[in-house]
Amino acid sequence: MRVLLVLLILIVLGAIKLPMERDLAVIHRQEHFRGVEFNLDLREKLGQLGFIAALSGFRAIVADALFIQAHVAWERTEWSRVLLLFRHVTTLQPRSILFWDMAAWHMAWNASVAAMNDRAQPRLALRVKAQREYFALGKDFLERGIKNNPDRPELYETLARLYREKYKDHERASEFFAKAAALPGAPRYNRRFSAYELSYCEGREREAYDRLHQLYNESEKERLPTLITRLKFLENKLGIPQDERIPDRAP
Amino acid sequence: MAQLTFQQEFQILKDVSLGAMSIFTSLLAIVATARLIPQDIEDRTVYTILAKPVPRFEYLLGKIAGVLLLLAISTLIMSSVFLAVLYTREQTVLHETVRQMSKAPREQVDDALRAVRASALNIDLFPGITVIYLKACLLAALTLFVSTFATTSIFTIVVMTFIYFIGHLQATAREYWLQGHSSGWITHGFLAVVALIFPDLQAFNLVDDIVAGAAISLGLFAKTAVLGIFYTTIYTLLAVFVFYGKEL
Repeated sequence: MRVLLVLLILIVLGAIKLPMERDLAVIHRQEHFRGVEFNLDLREKLGQLGFIAALSGFRAIVADALFIQAHVAWERTEWSRVLLLFRHVTTLQPRSILFWDMAAWHMAWNASVAAMNDRAQPRLALRVKAQREYFALGKDFLERGIKNNPDRPELYETLARLYREKYKDHERASEFFAKAAALPGAPRYNRRFSAYELSYCEGREREAYDRLHQLYNESEKERLPTLITRLKFLENKLGIPQDERIPDRAP
Repeated sequence: MAQLTFQQEFQILKDVSLGAMSIFTSLLAIVATARLIPQDIEDRTVYTILAKPVPRFEYLLGKIAGVLLLLAISTLIMSSVFLAVLYTREQTVLHETVRQMSKAPREQVDDALRAVRASALNIDLFPGITVIYLKACLLAALTLFVSTFATTSIFTIVVMTFIYFIGHLQATAREYWLQGHSSGWITHGFLAVVALIFPDLQAFNLVDDIVAGAAISLGLFAKTAVLGIFYTTIYTLLAVFVFYGKEL
């Protein structure tokens, strides 16, 4: 009788606690906690032990162990393994900027260069194709990282650098530097970099000039050599009157 | 051989340390509590105590208070060691950074130092550690409840191990049950039982995301703390209820 009574109390209390738990789960989702879906797909990726460990509240440790394996794979230049392991790591720890950043760096900067210098592949076209595929993998990591961490400026900045250095797409680079600059905690240079990149875009010189000029007027600290060089270039290109131009630097 | 960067090193240090704190406090909560009542019955200490004018609830409250104090002390010691190691390593990295960037402009040095500080010790670690303690308290109270009807401490530990795993899956079961994804009344009933009877232990796993850089809001921390205290109180009261009916 007492057992039944205890069970009944447990169920009644369960019904009371249920709204509290659901409320907490909603807050977790809003604040991007619990971003990991424990499903069969993850189980296949991690293996039995890893999955059990991740389920028991040790997913950060599992992610670290896989990250160290990825680090070893990188030292051995096993790029497919690096990619596979970083996919697991970022699935387990989607809130870690470091893991998304490292994954993108390995793909877009390291693996792409290795593919381009691959002596086993004599055909240039195929090497270029492989290089572009690694750029795309790096971009994919960064885009998914941003989706999971929309409030953090670091990955926007890395994506901007990827567009600038790998795709030579200054317009997109400028856009992502600007997005990074708009977020709290972003370094000040993101605003400058966004304006620099815009200054390379055909047809947007006037906008770039206005932004660079605004930065120039804002503070002495912003008057860095690159900013002055780009401003002077735009002044010449746009035919800005002499009296509106910034002064030449002292010799 | 390539070395880990300071961000990677700090992240791994924090993940492993907080993970170890979580597992050890949980283990301590289960093992220490599971032995309390069966050992007192085996040693016949319980008869000596209850023969005096000590109500059963006071006896149990004393037991759980002792375990909670033990957990608090162990969490405090582990946190102190962890924070001391993290602080020492942070200082070393800061000195190295200052030395390496001695010729760089002041602004760049400040940026670098800020990056080191942001990736090492941060204020969000403290609510994370508190939540680890709350989870251990919950497990201790639940173990006490199980041990009031268990006959041996081994049985209690085995049952608690299962509850630990089920508790981490409870949220998934709850969502499937409430959203009506389950097919068939047996599955539906099973999910309902899991969702209603077991605690949601995933709600207390905030440190993974805190180490990754997520900031814990005051509202989230307060609600998690309330849930932890609610569970601990309920399971302790249930333990008292069962213990009152137990024939000694």
